[in-house]
Amino acid sequence: MADRGEPILQVRNLVKHFPLTQGILFKRQVGAVKAVDDVSFELYQGETLGIVGESGCGKSTVAKLLMRLEQPTAGQILYKGEDIARLSGRALKAVRRNIQMVFQDPYTSLNPRMTVGDIIGEPFDIHPEVAPKGDRRRKVRELLDVVGLNPEYINRYPHQFSGGQRQRIGIARGLALNPEIIVCDEPVSALDVSVQAQVINLMERLQDEFELSYLFIAHDLSIVRHISDRVAVMYLGKLAEVGTDAQIYDHPTHPYTQALLSAVPQPDPAARATRERIILTGDVPSPANPPSGCRFRTRCWKAQDKCAKEVPLLAVPERYRDSDSGARHASACHFAEEKDIVHA
Amino acid sequence: MPDQAPEALKKSGALSETETLKKEAIPTAAAPATVVEAGPAPGRPRSLWSDAWHELRRRPTFLIAATIILVLFVMAAFPGWFTSVSPREADLTTNYLKEPQLTHFFSPEWLGYNQQGQSIWARMVHGTRASIIIGVAVTAIVLVFGGLVGMLAGYFGGWIDAILSRIVDVFLGIPFLLGTMVILVSFDTRTEWTVIMALAFLGWTTIARVMRGSVISVKQADYVAAARSLGAGTWRIMLRHILPNALAPVIVVAMVALGGYITAEAVLSFLGIGLTEPAISWGGDINRAQDRIRVAEHILLYPSILLSITILSFLMLGDAVRDALDPKLR
Amino acid sequence: MPIDMDKTDVTEADTPGVPLLEVRDLHVEFRTREGAAKAVNGVSYTVDAGETLAVLGESGSGKSVTAQTIMGILDTPPGRITGGEILFRGEDMLTMSEERRRTIRGDKIAMIFQDALSALNPVLSVGYQLGEMFRVHRGMSRKDAKAKAVELMDRVRIPAAKERVNDFPHQFSGGMRQRIMIAMALALEPDVIIADEPTTALDVTVQAQVMDLLAELQRDFTMGLILITHDLGVVADVADKIAVMYAGRIVESAPVEELYKRPAHPYTKGLLDSIPRLDHKGKELYAIKGLPPSLMAIPGGCAFNPRCARARDICRTEVPPLADVTEPDGTPIGGRSSACHFWKETIHG
Repeated sequence: MADRGEPILQVRNLVKHFPLTQGILFKRQVGAVKAVDDVSFELYQGETLGIVGESGCGKSTVAKLLMRLEQPTAGQILYKGEDIARLSGRALKAVRRNIQMVFQDPYTSLNPRMTVGDIIGEPFDIHPEVAPKGDRRRKVRELLDVVGLNPEYINRYPHQFSGGQRQRIGIARGLALNPEIIVCDEPVSALDVSVQAQVINLMERLQDEFELSYLFIAHDLSIVRHISDRVAVMYLGKLAEVGTDAQIYDHPTHPYTQALLSAVPQPDPAARATRERIILTGDVPSPANPPSGCRFRTRCWKAQDKCAKEVPLLAVPERYRDSDSGARHASACHFAEEKDIVHA
Repeated sequence: MPDQAPEALKKSGALSETETLKKEAIPTAAAPATVVEAGPAPGRPRSLWSDAWHELRRRPTFLIAATIILVLFVMAAFPGWFTSVSPREADLTTNYLKEPQLTHFFSPEWLGYNQQGQSIWARMVHGTRASIIIGVAVTAIVLVFGGLVGMLAGYFGGWIDAILSRIVDVFLGIPFLLGTMVILVSFDTRTEWTVIMALAFLGWTTIARVMRGSVISVKQADYVAAARSLGAGTWRIMLRHILPNALAPVIVVAMVALGGYITAEAVLSFLGIGLTEPAISWGGDINRAQDRIRVAEHILLYPSILLSITILSFLMLGDAVRDALDPKLR
Repeated sequence: MPIDMDKTDVTEADTPGVPLLEVRDLHVEFRTREGAAKAVNGVSYTVDAGETLAVLGESGSGKSVTAQTIMGILDTPPGRITGGEILFRGEDMLTMSEERRRTIRGDKIAMIFQDALSALNPVLSVGYQLGEMFRVHRGMSRKDAKAKAVELMDRVRIPAAKERVNDFPHQFSGGMRQRIMIAMALALEPDVIIADEPTTALDVTVQAQVMDLLAELQRDFTMGLILITHDLGVVADVADKIAVMYAGRIVESAPVEELYKRPAHPYTKGLLDSIPRLDHKGKELYAIKGLPPSLMAIPGGCAFNPRCARARDICRTEVPPLADVTEPDGTPIGGRSSACHFWKETIHG
């Protein structure tokens, strides 16, 4: 891997368990939903790390943990060497300036009772040091312009805009404080197909312009491939496989990644007959009671006794350690092996 | 900002929607795959409150209810505008058995006289004040106190919610009318304020419950998460993000409750444990009229009609406001 | 587990030349306070037995409203059918007797909804709900109906169907609930199934299972399938022919391979071009500019003209008819049509 310097964000052994409780006044814990279980990754300056996975795999929880909207159960989130998971008060507020978020649903992520100007200007109210009071209105207009909206709309309300326009407003709010990292949680999945491409282009342009690092969480594999430099695949609270986009899409070694890629419908009817698809059986198990050992084993065609006993570590598989093929990347499978499939 | 985008944008934005369609489209061949979104949001800025107001203004139920309520408020504030005689002026020479002069609008004899020879119309006009003051004051107190409790319980959750919700449950366990009766019986003279405090003491729980539920649902909205991730403090989140969005159902419940408080006051006064003399109250007058119902039903009839109209108006107002605030119910 | 598919009803057999289901020039509008929203403006399509028609479009394109009109579940008011015909085996469902219409809609045409959880009644067991179809429409006894329900659940590959027949909808996962919806639609062995975004709410790996199942059942039962979706990938995987909708009109229809190879309408072309592709990595995605129009104010002429790079004066004044598409030398291309004044330039470059 090329030398990228120090990572801007390092996540180490991140764990989030949501306790399941019973009782009203005196609660007692009867179990836990293991939403995120021992996840580690890095994000480098200016890169886009895609996180893909199906609903309930914990990818949105990772986003919330990074934003400190949830308190991690264990683990570290190091921003330039400082552990955000332990910060509070003023120190946390200072770090928040540098990490912002774009939400999935542009219909619920904007306060319907505030004008667009107030929504985009709110970051300046909270962090007055960023923009002097007299300058804020101008800055908001500038931000509207940057995301491709007419600055004259500053006094409009969110319900007067379409989904794509609202998502632009959300992006403008995320940009206001000049952050270094933007966590994007499914930023285009709620938008119409013809509008998705506009927003993706905008995000790519802004990345170049403001040297942003993106953590791009999505379930649409082709969009993730388009925008990401590296991709992490998540399954049931754990990372299954991490690598560059080419490594993951062209040389997947984890059976789950292979199944996921092969299941994506291809916009190419000619390939219909020739495609080999891995159709998984069953559904994703409940994260409150995940399978022992490898979490994917209940749906895996390769599963053996070892998979039930030992948790596979996320590491470069032994067989590819000395190879220079794309398969040489971290994969959490005891029997990691490349499989040629048609992919997104 | 890249090349063509801002320019094209200003053009499209400067035109109204229909104009953009009619006039020359933005030169497109020169600007492939720009991020400009054509089709500006239509019209002037419209907040949800102003939308609701526009919606309300076309509803006949709202217009009727609002007009009646407005008249009642004016009547409460300036009873002298509606009747020239004092409600306490008793003239035993005017027989209560005399038929009301229904064509003599707003004159003392319009709706007839009661047993003491007082003008029923004058007593109705002057009784408005007690009803309106009690209704409005109880609602205001209940809104502030119940709203605060509901907000704290809903926002903070956890043990604060557990404790506050149990307190609310305890109060809800006390029957509303019976409870206020027990409280009021212990006072010898009962002014408006005695009744107000008694009603508010047991009435705040409804608002607290509605507010709590509303806050809990609003709290989960992404814009609250967005504000938190910006580093917004508790006060900002509560006052700017949660309160304005959680208020609508509370206001509706409060409007309907206002009618209920007026009823409660009338019932209490009817039973003789509401306002005491010399206060004038519809409920008290209805009480004193009941033993003459066979011979002079007008003494009972007209105050009752006014009481019903008042309560109905507040219910209608609440209904209309709910429909306007929540378009999903339409 | 085969279900007996023999058609006993002779009069219902296919007449050559008459499509199984045909929608002709359908117009639907919604009355709102601000005026009429024209949701469907002259839509025509046909489906034959064993054929899969994909209706592709974005939100507000009218694809779901058309389906709801066929199923007779359009809310009227505010909806209003202002013109057109819906022909089932040549018989217009919009003008036939209420009774006849009900037998067709219950027995011959079935629908699968996007959100299975809200389409199933939460307080009744799935076995009861499946069995209800047989009890009400076929007059079966409670016991027979339950046996049929188990049979159907087996057919849609719900594991341990016998044990789970008395479970309630919330006890099933999303994928399983969608299978139950499919089972319900299949229960009376309909001739046409309308599936409105059947896999949109599901995860990718589960989506593949459900789509495969649906395609397989359709083949086995030789049903006509109308698949309503916004997903170009799903369409390419299962459809035989496609109708692309925009602002309440069909802008292009074609056999699936043809459409992906050489679209004949700029909107279709734009949609296909905006799919992220491997060789586009690092470059800007092609994006159709602008927004889908408001149904209250559909642009005059071609509805797509404000967003179209090819638009000229004629596009702003004249509504392009859905015309047959031919090769440059005039040879017709089977089943292709496009509603673009400049389809020639679009398809042949």
